[in-house]
Amino acid sequence: MRAVFPFSAIVAQEEMKLALLATAVDPTIGGVLVFGDRGTGKSTAVRALAALMPPMRVVVGCRFGCDPDAPATHCDECRARRRKEPLPSRRAPVPVVDLPLGATEDRVVGALDLERALADGVRAFEPGLLARANRGFLYIDEVNLLEDHLVDLLIDVAASGENVVEREGLSVRHPARFVLVGSGNPEEGELRPQLLDRFGLSVEVRTPGEIGARIEVLRRRDAFERDPAAFVARWQRKDAAVRRLILRARELIDDIDVSDALLEQAARLCLKLGTDGLRGELTLMRAARAVAGLEGARTVDLTHLRRVAAPALRHRLRRDPLDDSGSSLRVERAVADVLGA
Amino acid sequence: MTNPPAAVPAAGADAALAALLLSVDPSGLGGAVLRAAPGAPRDQWLAALRARLPAGAPFKRVPLHITDERLLGGLDLATTLRTGRRALQRGLLAEADGGVVVLAMAERVTIATAARLAAVLDSRSVTLERDGLAARIPAAIALVALDEGIEPDERAPAVLLERLAFHLDLAGLDPRAALAVSADAAAVAAARLRLPSVALPEDLLTALVTTAAALGVHSARASWFALRASCALAALRGAGAVGEADAAIAARLVLAPRATRLPAAPEDERDETDEPAEAEPPTAEPAAANDEPAPPPQALDESAEVVLAAARAAIPAGLLAQLQAGLVRRPQRGAAGRAGALRGGALRGRPVGIRAGLPERGARLDLVETLRAAAPWQPVRRRAAAAAGDASARRVRIEGADFRIRRFKERSETTTIFVVDASGSSALHRLAEAKGAVELLLADCYVRRDRVAVVAFRGRGADVLLPPTRSLVRAKRSLAGLPGGGGTPLAAGLDAALAIADAVQRRGGTAVLVLLTDGRANIARDAAPGRGQAEADALQSARGVLAAGLNALLIDTSPRPQPFAAQLAGEMHARYFPLPHADAAALNRAVRLAATATS
Repeated sequence: MRAVFPFSAIVAQEEMKLALLATAVDPTIGGVLVFGDRGTGKSTAVRALAALMPPMRVVVGCRFGCDPDAPATHCDECRARRRKEPLPSRRAPVPVVDLPLGATEDRVVGALDLERALADGVRAFEPGLLARANRGFLYIDEVNLLEDHLVDLLIDVAASGENVVEREGLSVRHPARFVLVGSGNPEEGELRPQLLDRFGLSVEVRTPGEIGARIEVLRRRDAFERDPAAFVARWQRKDAAVRRLILRARELIDDIDVSDALLEQAARLCLKLGTDGLRGELTLMRAARAVAGLEGARTVDLTHLRRVAAPALRHRLRRDPLDDSGSSLRVERAVADVLGA
Repeated sequence: MTNPPAAVPAAGADAALAALLLSVDPSGLGGAVLRAAPGAPRDQWLAALRARLPAGAPFKRVPLHITDERLLGGLDLATTLRTGRRALQRGLLAEADGGVVVLAMAERVTIATAARLAAVLDSRSVTLERDGLAARIPAAIALVALDEGIEPDERAPAVLLERLAFHLDLAGLDPRAALAVSADAAAVAAARLRLPSVALPEDLLTALVTTAAALGVHSARASWFALRASCALAALRGAGAVGEADAAIAARLVLAPRATRLPAAPEDERDETDEPAEAEPPTAEPAAANDEPAPPPQALDESAEVVLAAARAAIPAGLLAQLQAGLVRRPQRGAAGRAGALRGGALRGRPVGIRAGLPERGARLDLVETLRAAAPWQPVRRRAAAAAGDASARRVRIEGADFRIRRFKERSETTTIFVVDASGSSALHRLAEAKGAVELLLADCYVRRDRVAVVAFRGRGADVLLPPTRSLVRAKRSLAGLPGGGGTPLAAGLDAALAIADAVQRRGGTAVLVLLTDGRANIARDAAPGRGQAEADALQSARGVLAAGLNALLIDTSPRPQPFAAQLAGEMHARYFPLPHADAAALNRAVRLAATATS
C-alpha cells in the first residue's frame, strides 16, 4: 500500500477542500465534481480525503457494507438475517472506490460469478464497484471521458441509491448510496447535463497564482516522495484535527438551525440565477449547514451561505453555450445582488 | 554510442541528454514525446535509452489501436477454462513495470487510450476492473510517445504531454550524425543509486518555480519534472546536491518547450512583446482568462536569473516566433481541446455495451460475456450431452444463444466550418447579422456536440480564426473580435475551409461547410483584385467543395439576393438561403432548417 499524501498538506485549493469536507460531513449533499487545470492535485485531494475519513460501522459479513444502525437502508440479505439474529457489527474504513476508465460494465454493476458458474454450475452474484462503494465514495478521474454506457448506469444508480441488476438470469438489487466524486479537465470534453446534475457541488481548481504557494506545493511533494512515511507522520496531527472537525460537525449537524430568513435568501439566490428545480436550494442549504458544522457554529449564517453558493450552484445555471462570462462569475454577481456584499 | 559530442547540433545534444536522464529516473520523469519521422535519429534515441536501462528492464511497444484487455489486462481465458478458476492476464502496461513503454503514432492515439495511460503514469499502477476481475497491479513505467505529426496541430493529446517530462523535436537532426550520449550504462546505474540522496537547495527550487511561472508554465507537474531532472543531472555528475548548472539545464530541457509566454529579458526591455500574449489568450474556458498569474516582476535572485536565462535561450525557434508575434495559443489549452475532440474515437468507435448475437459481419465476440451466458447452463447441458452419449463431459458447452458481441458506437464526429465574409461590402451590409446567424448555428452545434471551426476572409486572404474546437465560447469570441473591411477573397476563404475539411475527413470525421457571404468576390486566389478572375476562382473552389463531398450551406448576406451567390451555391450543391431582410424569426427558421438538414 503506497502512502497517501496527507489532506492537510495540500497547499491552497480551499474551495475544493471545503467541498470535499462538506460531503464527508453530510453525504446527502451528493458528490463533488472537481474540474480544472492540469497538475493541480485534483486526484491527490480525493485520495487524501479517503485516508482521512473516520471509520464506520458495518454489518459483519455483509457484501454491501450495510449500516447496522440504519435498518431502512439494509440490503435484502441483512433484512433476512436480522429476522433471525441480531446483526453483528465491526468497524471498517470508509470505502473510496476507484472507477477506472477502462472498467467493464460487469465490474461496475456486478455480474454472474464466472468461476462459481463454471466450476459448480451455481448462479451467484458477484458484487461490483457500486456495491463496494456503498456508504463511501466512488471516484472517477477524467469523468468526462467515461464511456457513455457507464455514464448511463451511474446516472440511474446515483439518483436512486439502489443498484438493480438484471442480467444473465440474475435478478439482484442492493443499496448503492455513495458520494460521487469526479475530476477532469473541461477541455477534454463536457459532461452530460444529467450526470452534471448528480453532483451536489462543483468546484473549479486553478494553479495557485502566487509563486510562494507554487514553491510550497513542490517542496511538500519533494519531501513526500523522498520519505513518504516520515512526511505522513509529520502531518498526522493536522490530519487528525481535520478528522475531529468532521466528527464534530456530524454530531452538530442535526441541531444546526437554519432560520426562515436564510432559507428565503437561498431561495431568492436560486431564483435570481434561474436554477432548475429544487435541488439547487436543497444542496445550498445542506452544504451551508455542513460548513457551519465544520466551523462548530450552531446556526447557519450568511457567511456560510456565501462560501458554498458558487460550488452548489455554478453547474446548475441554465446553460447558455455562448455566454462567456463564466458561471462562477454569474453566481458571484447574484450573490452580491441578493446577499449583499 | 559514446562518441565525443563534437559535431552534434544543440538539439541533438539535448535530446541525448534527455534520454540519459530518462534512463536514470524512468518512472519519476514520466517519459518523453519524440516528435520525429521514423528514421535514424529516432531509432538511435530509443536505442540509447534502452541500452542504459537496468538489465532486464522491459521495453514494450504499444500499437495505436490496442484493446483495453491487452493494454490493462483481463481474464486469461485459456487458463480460466482449463482450471475452472479465474486467472488474470496482465496487460502490456503491467508487463512493462520498471521499464519503458513506446507508444507508436501518438498523434493519432484516442483520447480514451491516452487517459488510460495517463492514469497509469500518475498512479504507477494499473487499476483493473474488468471481466469480473479487480486488481491493482504495479506498473511504474516511462512512456515514450512517438509523434509523427506533420501539421502543427497534429500532436499527442495534452493529457499525455502533461505527464511526460521531455518534449523533444528531432525533426532538425542530421540522420547521419550519431547521437552522442555522454555516459554509459554503468555510469547511469551509479547515478540511479545516488539519485534518492541528491539534495535540492531551497534557492534552486525557488528558481525552477519562478522560471516556470515566468514562462507561463502553470502545471505543477512541469515544475516537478524540472526538479526531478535537475536531481538526475546532479546524480549523473556524482554530486550530492543539485547545482545551479543542473537547474539551468533542467529548465532548458523541461520548461522551455512548454513556454506559453516570453519572459521579460533580464536587463533591458520590460518589453511589450509579452503583452499581447497576455492580453488576449483565446483560452478554452472563460474562467481561465483571469487566472493568469503575473510573471514575477522583480525578486529574481541570482540563480533564478541564471535558470530563467537558460530556459529562455532554449525556447524552440518556432515557438519563440509565435510568442514574439503574440500568437501564443497557450498550447496546452488550445491543443488539448482539439486533441481531445479529434481523437474522440470515431475509427473504432467507443464501446457502448454488450448484446446477444452472433459474431458475424465483423462484430467482435466478447468471450467473457459469452462464457458468462453459457456458464449457468453447463450442468444441464452436460447431463443432456451425457444422455445423448457424448463422453466429452468436461468441455464447456457453448450454444448459439450464448454468444455475446460488443457494440461500438461508430458515430463520426461532425465539424461545422463557418466561412465568414468579413469584407468591406459585407461589413457594410450585415456582418453583425451574419455573426448573429453563426451564433444561432453555434448553439445548435452545442446541442449536437459538434465541433466548430471559423474561417474569415477579407482584404487579400483568409484566416483560420479558430481551428476545430468544441469550445463555442472560443468560437463566439473569435467572431466578436472580427473586424470587417477590405476586398472579398472568396476563393481564398473556401480554400482555407477545404484544407480544414480535408484534415477532418482524413481523421474519419464529417465536415459541414457554412458559408456566409454577399457573393461579391473581387479578389482572385493570387490576391490580385479583379472581379472576373475572382469569380472564376471562387467557382472553381466551390467545385472543390463539391468534389470533397462536403455538405454545404450558403447564407447570402446581401440586402438583395445575388445571382452569383446562388450560382456559387449551385456549384457546391449547397443549400442556399438569402438572409431575409432584418427578419430575425425567419433567419432563425432558416438556420434551424439548415442545421438539421446538414446534420
